[in-house]
Amino acid sequence: MKISRRRFIGLTGTMVGGALLGKPAKSGAEYKPKTPPDPFGCLVDLTVCVGCRKCEQACNQVNHLPSPRVSFEDPRVFEQRRRPDVGAFTVINRYYGGKRDERNQLHPTFVKVQCMHCQDPGCVSACIVGAMTKKDNGATHYNASKCIGCRYCMVACPFQIPAYEYHDPLFPRVRKCTFCYERISKEGGKPGCAAICPVESITFGKRRQILELARHKIKNDPGRYVDKIYGEHEVGGTSWLYISGDSFEKLGFLDLPTRPIPYLSETIQHGLFNYLWAPLTLFGILGAVVAVINRQQNRSSSESVQEGHQPDQDTQDTAGLQEKPDSSKREEKL
Amino acid sequence: MSADAKPAPVEAKFWTPGVMVLSAFMMVGFFFVVARYIGGLGAVTNLDNSYPWGLWIGVDVATGVALAAGGFTTAALAHLFGRHNYEAITRPALLTAMLGYTIVALGLAIDVGRTWAMWHPIIYWQTNSVLFEVAVCVMIYLQVLYIEFIPIVVERFRGKVDLPGRLWVFEKPIEWLLKLVDRVLGKVMWIFIILGVVLSCMHQSSLGSLMLIAPTKLHPLWYTPILPLLFLVSAIGVGYPMVVFETTIATSSLKLENEMELLTPLTRITIFVLGIYMCLKVGDIIARGAYVYLFDGTTQSNAFLVEMIGGVIIPWIMLLIKRVRSSRPVLFVACALIIFGVIINRVNVFVVGYQPPFAQSSYFPAIGEMAVTAALIAGVMFLYRLFITIFPVLSARRQEVSS
Repeated sequence: MKISRRRFIGLTGTMVGGALLGKPAKSGAEYKPKTPPDPFGCLVDLTVCVGCRKCEQACNQVNHLPSPRVSFEDPRVFEQRRRPDVGAFTVINRYYGGKRDERNQLHPTFVKVQCMHCQDPGCVSACIVGAMTKKDNGATHYNASKCIGCRYCMVACPFQIPAYEYHDPLFPRVRKCTFCYERISKEGGKPGCAAICPVESITFGKRRQILELARHKIKNDPGRYVDKIYGEHEVGGTSWLYISGDSFEKLGFLDLPTRPIPYLSETIQHGLFNYLWAPLTLFGILGAVVAVINRQQNRSSSESVQEGHQPDQDTQDTAGLQEKPDSSKREEKL
Repeated sequence: MSADAKPAPVEAKFWTPGVMVLSAFMMVGFFFVVARYIGGLGAVTNLDNSYPWGLWIGVDVATGVALAAGGFTTAALAHLFGRHNYEAITRPALLTAMLGYTIVALGLAIDVGRTWAMWHPIIYWQTNSVLFEVAVCVMIYLQVLYIEFIPIVVERFRGKVDLPGRLWVFEKPIEWLLKLVDRVLGKVMWIFIILGVVLSCMHQSSLGSLMLIAPTKLHPLWYTPILPLLFLVSAIGVGYPMVVFETTIATSSLKLENEMELLTPLTRITIFVLGIYMCLKVGDIIARGAYVYLFDGTTQSNAFLVEMIGGVIIPWIMLLIKRVRSSRPVLFVACALIIFGVIINRVNVFVVGYQPPFAQSSYFPAIGEMAVTAALIAGVMFLYRLFITIFPVLSARRQEVSS
């Protein structure tokens, strides 16, 4: 049996290509999001928030974070747009979305930023050791004792939320909103920010129910709200939901796809490595190739010994895989 | 002809000026590594919450793994596909791969925030994570490389064990052990060689899958579902050019016979693989309609053009020309360009093409990052030089002093 090198490469190429492209496409329908069945959520009504930053302060106390450089009462923080960081898991930013009040002054909209607690989070899929997990109650939970500090979760997060303790040489942690995992695990417990909000801009409850609430609010007062619930479908849905009077693009919200972040990478990974079928197949093919070539070379060398040929010469002529480089070698020598 | 010569340790002075320059680079890098373990990653890198991965992941890890592909591509050619005339180049390629992956692991250890917890993936499995698969493959493959190198160590010491003083009593047992290892490994080595090829295909492609988790951040010029296939094909493609590159440097710096009669036909395979890669890349850009970003003058589009034209198309056309393939300096340039193309590609995918939202400024590596990367590269070269003087790796003989 002779396999020409071209044919062999063609074959393996088709197999590898098929493995990479065909298989995932087929199993794509089988992608199962890891969405918890009945998680909690928070609805933020941006038309209600007055930017008092009590939620930031509550978050700071609940999570024992360092006291901030600028006090929680100081409105000058709004001069800059801030991002959540190792010392602040939630921040309020001020935007002018174009609305004006009675005195024709631009009306500010305050936007609370924190981990969105995706239904099917990229960080959880990415985490090399499973330090990031999606809890049944909706929290995307970080366990520092497993973490190795690779920061792949930060690469994976579409909302750019996880912050890293870059100045800790040995025990740095990923820091982000915990959804007050311990507090909401208790009966009747609420996240610190939702519990303190004096204007009830933040509503905590089952995601299913607050989604209903959001739809209800928009339907009852279409003049007050734009017809969109941010987080309902973004990256497969998030536990934190927002409704707003200004269009979300003007308020720093990202325009994100509805497909869960892990969709493509997990489909390809599982398409190739379920039961290790692709690596095992490749191993088998290579093993067979080695066996065939060895037999050919042994046979030809024993024949050539009988015929008194140079064994080396003959080996090269019969092994099917060698046709082309050999001719090239001759050609190069010319 | 050098292919017929048996590999032997190179007899050359070790502390040449070149080696001293390498040592200097390593010392500077070491200083910054110490600083990293005193002040944290923030003290020596420009990484921040927007850019969690920088030069160390892009170059030390991703590029390091790609450029070590010569190890499995030459092993497959000579040991699996029966092209025994290439045996002479498998050893240096294996050495490069072994040292390369060792340094990749070291680079990763420095980059990972909790170095002491680096072993965690062994017990905490997370099979949805692409990074988990890469880590496990690299971990096992590193062991495979060490096993593949054992016969070279055995060959160096077998029949030459000479212990000082009263330790002579151990000479016989050690000889016996070496003989045993040699015999056992000789029988099962094919398993490790195939395993090495399979593991390489797995993690070389998965390195490409890594960035698929960031569909909204990686620039559309690079974000494609076939990214793993592109990574695999380019790794296979850069394997032989890397062998040409390092063999040319080693043979000229050590004044050995050049091995053009092996290198020239080797690059014909590269024409084929690089050609496939080029078609895939071009076809991908057209099929996804990403060509609209090609000439918009941004850093990303320019970086892509440099990567493709300078690192793929030009060297591919060069290799098509027979006179290029048979000319040592020109072939060296062509292979260097291919290597350059793969380096730029990996840096583009992991650093340049990564566009996080809300970033205040774009990332550029700090002096400390560059110093550590330079030190790691110098480390590979230093160890390569050290190993070839101790172990029988190179087959090329010293040139006869001609008039």
